[in-house]
Amino acid sequence: MEAKRTLRNLTAIVVGMFAFGWLLVPMYDVFCEITGLNGKVTGPSFLSEESKAITEQRELLVQFMTHNNESMPWFFDSERSQMRVITGNQYEANFVFYNPTNKEMIGQVIPSVSPGRGAEYFHKTECFCFERQTLAAGERIELPVRFIIDPALPKEIGSLSLGYTLFDITDRVQPKNDLANL
Amino acid sequence: MSTVVETHDHGHHGPAKGLSRWLFTTNHKDIGTLYLWFSFIMLFIGGSMAMVIRAELFQPGLQIVQPEFFNQMTTNHGLIMVFGVIMPAFVGLANWMLPMQIGAPDMALPRLNNLSFWLLPMAFGILISTLFMPEGGPNFGWTFYAPLSTTYAPSTVNFFIFSVHIMGVSSILGSINIITTIFNMRAPGMTLMKMPLFVWSWLITAYLLIAVMPVLAGVVTMMLMDINFGTSFFNAAGGGDPVLFQHVFWFFGHPEVYIMILPAFGIVSHIIETFSRKPIFGYSSMVYAMASIAILSFVVWAHHMFTVGMPLAGELFFMYSTMLIAIPTGVKVFNWVATMFRGSISFETPMLFSIAFVALFTIGGFSGIMLAIVPADFQYHDTYFVVAHFHYVLVPGALFGIIAGAYYWLPKWTGNMYDETLGKLHFWLTFISVNVTFFPMHFVGLAGMPRRYPDYALQFADFNALISVGAFVFGLTQLLFLFIVIKAIKSGKKAKPEVWEGAGDLGLEWTLSSPPPYHSFTVQPQLK
Repeated sequence: MEAKRTLRNLTAIVVGMFAFGWLLVPMYDVFCEITGLNGKVTGPSFLSEESKAITEQRELLVQFMTHNNESMPWFFDSERSQMRVITGNQYEANFVFYNPTNKEMIGQVIPSVSPGRGAEYFHKTECFCFERQTLAAGERIELPVRFIIDPALPKEIGSLSLGYTLFDITDRVQPKNDLANL
Repeated sequence: MSTVVETHDHGHHGPAKGLSRWLFTTNHKDIGTLYLWFSFIMLFIGGSMAMVIRAELFQPGLQIVQPEFFNQMTTNHGLIMVFGVIMPAFVGLANWMLPMQIGAPDMALPRLNNLSFWLLPMAFGILISTLFMPEGGPNFGWTFYAPLSTTYAPSTVNFFIFSVHIMGVSSILGSINIITTIFNMRAPGMTLMKMPLFVWSWLITAYLLIAVMPVLAGVVTMMLMDINFGTSFFNAAGGGDPVLFQHVFWFFGHPEVYIMILPAFGIVSHIIETFSRKPIFGYSSMVYAMASIAILSFVVWAHHMFTVGMPLAGELFFMYSTMLIAIPTGVKVFNWVATMFRGSISFETPMLFSIAFVALFTIGGFSGIMLAIVPADFQYHDTYFVVAHFHYVLVPGALFGIIAGAYYWLPKWTGNMYDETLGKLHFWLTFISVNVTFFPMHFVGLAGMPRRYPDYALQFADFNALISVGAFVFGLTQLLFLFIVIKAIKSGKKAKPEVWEGAGDLGLEWTLSSPPPYHSFTVQPQLK
């Protein structure tokens, strides 16, 4: 009988740990969101009243990086690789998309800010990354991202990098599941 | 079904004859023997893969194998050595020794025991069969990082996943059996703090196993779903994250590396006290040290992935928690040395392997502390320095512990003494070649040679030739070990029940005859 109880408890641990392994997935997401890890931009697309009240401004460097995921064939690049900006002001940067293939394709851009702690101070008032892009065969478009760097940005952050990765979601698009709520 | 008949025949209580003895056995000694032979065979299979690796790396450039096959060799060498050699060998030793050490007739769940062994040949049969498939076997490293193991994997990855599942089930069932045995079948008077250290080390290891093997099962299931069912756990294109794979994998992986060393701690403790003719120094601190190592092993996993881009606070946390492990480990090394201090030491083969274990495992521990230092790790990451580190803790660490245990208990198992001269020859050849093999890896690693490539820059050529020579000698020397074991089974001086001078007071196993009766303790011994 003793052995039966030990057996039951141990089986419960095994089942519990299997569940815990799966629980690590949502925990990982929540952890990244709380800590701003992974450069996931969680900040709102506008400046808070408190930030607006900060009158002290400073200059810093913002760099743009573009990547294509896996075998995404589009041409995707920023017009300028970097720009010097003043905190609290709004800027615009243009990005070029070109679909060189002979079929219509759908792409989705996922942003990431580095260093990760700077992500919440990077306010994008408008961004092509908010929605998916459909490009006809051979189509070329330019899309802007408008952004404000929060004056509350910690002093030790001297520059910010905005990285964009372009994904081919042509085969993945499902009517209701919109990836674009980032 | 002769076993059934014989269980009623109490006069001649022995094993069944022929193949069915091994297929249907529920006896802890038979299953222990099966585990040990299985692990021995896998040692030669995984070892010959290492020989292929070293033959290719003997000279710069590509000579013998193609890079694709080289990758399969490194991957399967790692998987087989971890899951097919070290772990089954420890389970085999546990099967043989736990009932004898705690004064029990057998394991608590004998049929489960049979199942957990026979799952293993199935798992490794599946894994090794992939090497003969047109697409080749797993080629993504034993850590099978996504997306290498998902998006870019050969389709045989599904066989790999299935075999990991089976190995996991086998380990979990084995661990459940071990814990149940230890908790319920100890001789009267054997309180937890009177248990032999090997029993303690296995109790802790078994808990680690049932805690992390399910997580491994989870992570390979996620891979399976990503590959076949369109989920995106590790695929950024679908909102997942490949770094998540590394977190979940190492949450299993770090406790796993302690699973591969803790039982060796237990074995070596017994051997050192026997041949120093003194009881172990600081018994309770040994137990607490093992328990602290086990608990700490759950909060250090991200030190394997300092370079993925973690915030400074995270890197500092994992750096300090990792370094904290050096304290209980240091306690253990101190206690082994203190046990030997002013003991009347004799240097039989098991003792030689144990002393080498203490010295060389400590070298592996020190390089571990170096790797724990975040800024230094950025330099060492994925170089041969890491290869040197984990081979130092796994070969002169875990494997020496197993070999030492095999020599120590072989006379008890077979009833015959092994050939001491050949044993000493085996030790010295092994000791020298293991250092010739793995020590120069520190140097080429620090100089920047990356791991897992079939080729390297010219300046590493001399050291690599030396490493390969050491590896070939090490590999051949283990054939001598096979010969010594077979020789001890077939012939040799008859062993006394206590085998080693004075061992009779050190553990219950030495009160049984050599070889012990088929059912170890049919009457429970009473401990004072």
